[in-house]
Amino acid sequence: MKAIVCVKQVPDTSGKVAVNENGTLDRASMATITNPDDLAAVEAALRLKDQTGCEVIVVTMGPPPAEGMLRELIARGADRAVLVSGREFGGSDTFATSQILAAAINKIGVEKGDVVFCGRQAIDGDTAQVGPQIAEKLHLPQITYVADVKVEDGVVTAKRMLEDGFMMIQAETPCLLTCVKELNEPRYMSVGGIFECYSKPMDVFDYNALKDDPLIEVDTIGLKGSPTNVFKSFTPPQKGAGTMLEGDDVAAQMAGILAAKHLI
Amino acid sequence: MAYDCTDTAAFKGVWVFCEQREGKLMPTDFELISEARKLADELGCELSGLLLGENVEGIAKELGGYGADKVLVCDSPLLKDYTTDAYTKVICDVIHEYKPEVFLIGATNIGRDLGPRCAARLHTGLTADATHLDIDTAKYMDFLRTSSTIDVDSQKFNMEDRNLKMTRPAFGGHLMATIICPRFRPQMSTVRPGVMKKSAFDAAKAEACQIVKPAFELTEADCKTKVLSIEKAAKKMVDLIGADVVVSVGRGISKDPQAGIKLAEELAAELGGVVGASRAVVDSGWISSDHQVGQTGKTVHPKIYVALGISGAIQHVAGMQDSEMIIAVNKNDMAPIFGVADYGICGDLFKVVPQLIASIKAAKAAE
Amino acid sequence: MDFTLSKEQLMVQKMYREFAQNEVKPLAAEVDEQERYPEETVAKMAKLGMMGIYFPKKYGGAGADVLSYAMAVEELSKVCGTTGVIVSAHTSLCAAPIFENGTEEQKMKYLPKLCSGEWVGAFGLTEPGAGTDAQGQQTTAVDMGDYWLLNGSKIFITNAGYANVFIIIAVTGTVVNKKGRKVKEISAFIVERTDEGFSVGKHEKKMGIRGSSTCELIMEDCKIPKDRLLGVKGKGFQVAMKTLDGGRIGIASQALGIAQGALDETVAYVKERKQFGRSIAQFQNTQFELAEMKARVEAARLLVYRAAMKKQAAMEGSKEHYTVEAAEAKLIAARTASDVTRRCLQLFGGYGYTRDYPIERMMRDAKITEIYEGTSEVQMMVISGDLLK
Repeated sequence: MKAIVCVKQVPDTSGKVAVNENGTLDRASMATITNPDDLAAVEAALRLKDQTGCEVIVVTMGPPPAEGMLRELIARGADRAVLVSGREFGGSDTFATSQILAAAINKIGVEKGDVVFCGRQAIDGDTAQVGPQIAEKLHLPQITYVADVKVEDGVVTAKRMLEDGFMMIQAETPCLLTCVKELNEPRYMSVGGIFECYSKPMDVFDYNALKDDPLIEVDTIGLKGSPTNVFKSFTPPQKGAGTMLEGDDVAAQMAGILAAKHLI
Repeated sequence: MAYDCTDTAAFKGVWVFCEQREGKLMPTDFELISEARKLADELGCELSGLLLGENVEGIAKELGGYGADKVLVCDSPLLKDYTTDAYTKVICDVIHEYKPEVFLIGATNIGRDLGPRCAARLHTGLTADATHLDIDTAKYMDFLRTSSTIDVDSQKFNMEDRNLKMTRPAFGGHLMATIICPRFRPQMSTVRPGVMKKSAFDAAKAEACQIVKPAFELTEADCKTKVLSIEKAAKKMVDLIGADVVVSVGRGISKDPQAGIKLAEELAAELGGVVGASRAVVDSGWISSDHQVGQTGKTVHPKIYVALGISGAIQHVAGMQDSEMIIAVNKNDMAPIFGVADYGICGDLFKVVPQLIASIKAAKAAE
Repeated sequence: MDFTLSKEQLMVQKMYREFAQNEVKPLAAEVDEQERYPEETVAKMAKLGMMGIYFPKKYGGAGADVLSYAMAVEELSKVCGTTGVIVSAHTSLCAAPIFENGTEEQKMKYLPKLCSGEWVGAFGLTEPGAGTDAQGQQTTAVDMGDYWLLNGSKIFITNAGYANVFIIIAVTGTVVNKKGRKVKEISAFIVERTDEGFSVGKHEKKMGIRGSSTCELIMEDCKIPKDRLLGVKGKGFQVAMKTLDGGRIGIASQALGIAQGALDETVAYVKERKQFGRSIAQFQNTQFELAEMKARVEAARLLVYRAAMKKQAAMEGSKEHYTVEAAEAKLIAARTASDVTRRCLQLFGGYGYTRDYPIERMMRDAKITEIYEGTSEVQMMVISGDLLK
């Protein structure tokens, strides 16, 4: 039984974010972290391992430095890592990315009893699209916004968050779940796990490793394979100094400002 | 994926997925229809709502009142509650048949589950959480002039370009990106609820709205997930960190603490938020410690932070200075809080807050 | 001389820092205020392998290295001196002597449970009449044939209220030394909390590390099985001294952490605090004070890490001693901690004297590092003893 977890290394956008003059992100100035929703996905997989003894495989599509993140996840308890990396994959939008990750998961192999875990969304793209698109390409049922999950006898029962409540949904394995960070408290790396992690297996899947999968075509991967393109990117204007509202109708003025900004 | 969406000229029409839960349309549907009406007008085509459910035909006409020319209704017991597989199949089959050029979905938890699955099946591009949509290039350039730091007039734009330009925040909101999907159709986007403005309801238009019932096939075997139950959340402890709006009280309420807290609660309710407090208020026992914002309390970054009668000492500011909009009310015009506030009102909160509540109510009613 | 940390050491440092911020820091004020031993934190640390960091996997340890252990104590102490010393005393003063002197049976019996945190360890050398004058031991252990009988008391024992295993130093007789004088024969023993006649007494009310469980140990006709002798009979004093050498690295790490933690808090504060229309970080006095303190802390760090690496080398079979390096590290780090915390509190001004900010606790916590596990004076005796031989 396997738990396959898709993870992404992202710039830490919770702190200060530096933007270049041409409107692109100054990635070099930011630390990289494992996407928070993905940590929840990893933790869900590790808890499944605690319960069932299944194998946990973490997969990421990224440049070679992403290995550091994969080793950290092994130090938390994952058994094996796969780094999907190749120039041909660069420039992919969510459609192309999910195509590549689906091919990688095919190569790892998905069968009855297995669960694929993803984070709901990454804090750089914020699209929440890759998980469901991988599910579509692998023809797996999906359950998104998972805040609680149980796996028994090849059936997954999950609590799926709505804005004001939740749905209890059941699906047969193999299936794909996207996890929100509220799902659980990710465990820390253990000292023993850290000192062993570099001796655990990590495979690198490059273009050659995946090119025979029908999902991988020149026009389904990379920039060429991306249906969406960035037309322009820019920074919103900076916050100026504050305004003191004056006069007898300050309340009405304030309400007007809130209405104009669609905040009420 | 036999479906070929690359003959872009063959695709006509703007569609909006109209989500219903328990037989009621979601508020975001009206916002989206209103916005999509403008896009349809610019493109010179029809606007259609797409509604799935069981026995939902009766709620469809209301969408016409906001600008939909017609509503395609797909009715089946298997569509009563949302499931990914049933909805994706029906929607993709109908899109395959009718070939709309643009397809918008409200970015609710359900919309964000549905959108990517459909886009993948249709082999087309999807933009997530768009906050601004443009067809007309001139209008888009105006938008850039007011909302970006780009020197618009020094850049080249193709004024004939009729692709949908979908603008959205990225990197936690620090960066804005305009996305296009030039080679595939339909051009899809999810749109955040509460971002687009709902237009005025036109009863005549609602009456005139056409209901169309496209044929579709759906069996139980198509659904690979089962909904066991749907439940509403029970009341919980104040979630300061997850709140979009926090209205906090400080020592300024001391002349009548309970009244002050009640005012904050009313204001918070009007704004869709929760009540926070400075340490002084918690220590005085006027409110429980889970409401505390600051150095020894919680750090929050809501969309709106209202500081009532809070002086703005370091320990408090440290907990809220990254809020998107800070509004401060304080009797003392030298209070440090005004140094971090976007909008300041110098006055007695017991007088100002009731006025604010009334003004906000009025502004909402006017919409 | 390579000052870079290995990939694993960097990872483990990252984990300690996250753990300290999320799990330890939020409790620190309460632990101090209520004099509460943070049991829940000890349980969490145990799960992550932090209670047996450098012991081999064979004995249930995490298989890391001494420097990784020193860094753990450092990172924990940056936010809570109490939590740092819990790990230090348990590891260096109980698990280590069993690892270094025990029989295979003793190692297999005690180490897995100590490393997993199922059992917590402590070390009893100090007595009411024997502090720096450790040879002034009065606790006795009499060979009764098929058991040992212990009588006496120990004071100021860290972890006492929560420990299951105690290394106890006791007098087993008199011998005639090479100079023909009668001297005490001292031996080391492993005592378990459940042994008949053993009890934990009075809990000390302290100036600092108030959450640390510091109590008296009372042995009244305490019976322990024969197999509890640790190491060779009569070599107990050497066992104790060697144990303290390792313990000093732990305490030096604690002191280093406290000093660094104080510095970190102060740097953040001086940027925010405004007087005379600007942040106090902009005044040269603040800048010079912080600069000088930082340089001292870095110097202490190098001494601590050097001692840790020497101990690692000794463990791996080099014939190196690390006694002097450990003494130097503790001497300097402890003095630095007291000095830095005091000066940092001054930079905080009035606010620093209140319990709203952690600096006054750090200053109270720092002081003990100059005293326990060998006072600074003892460290100077060790260093000069080696220097002038």
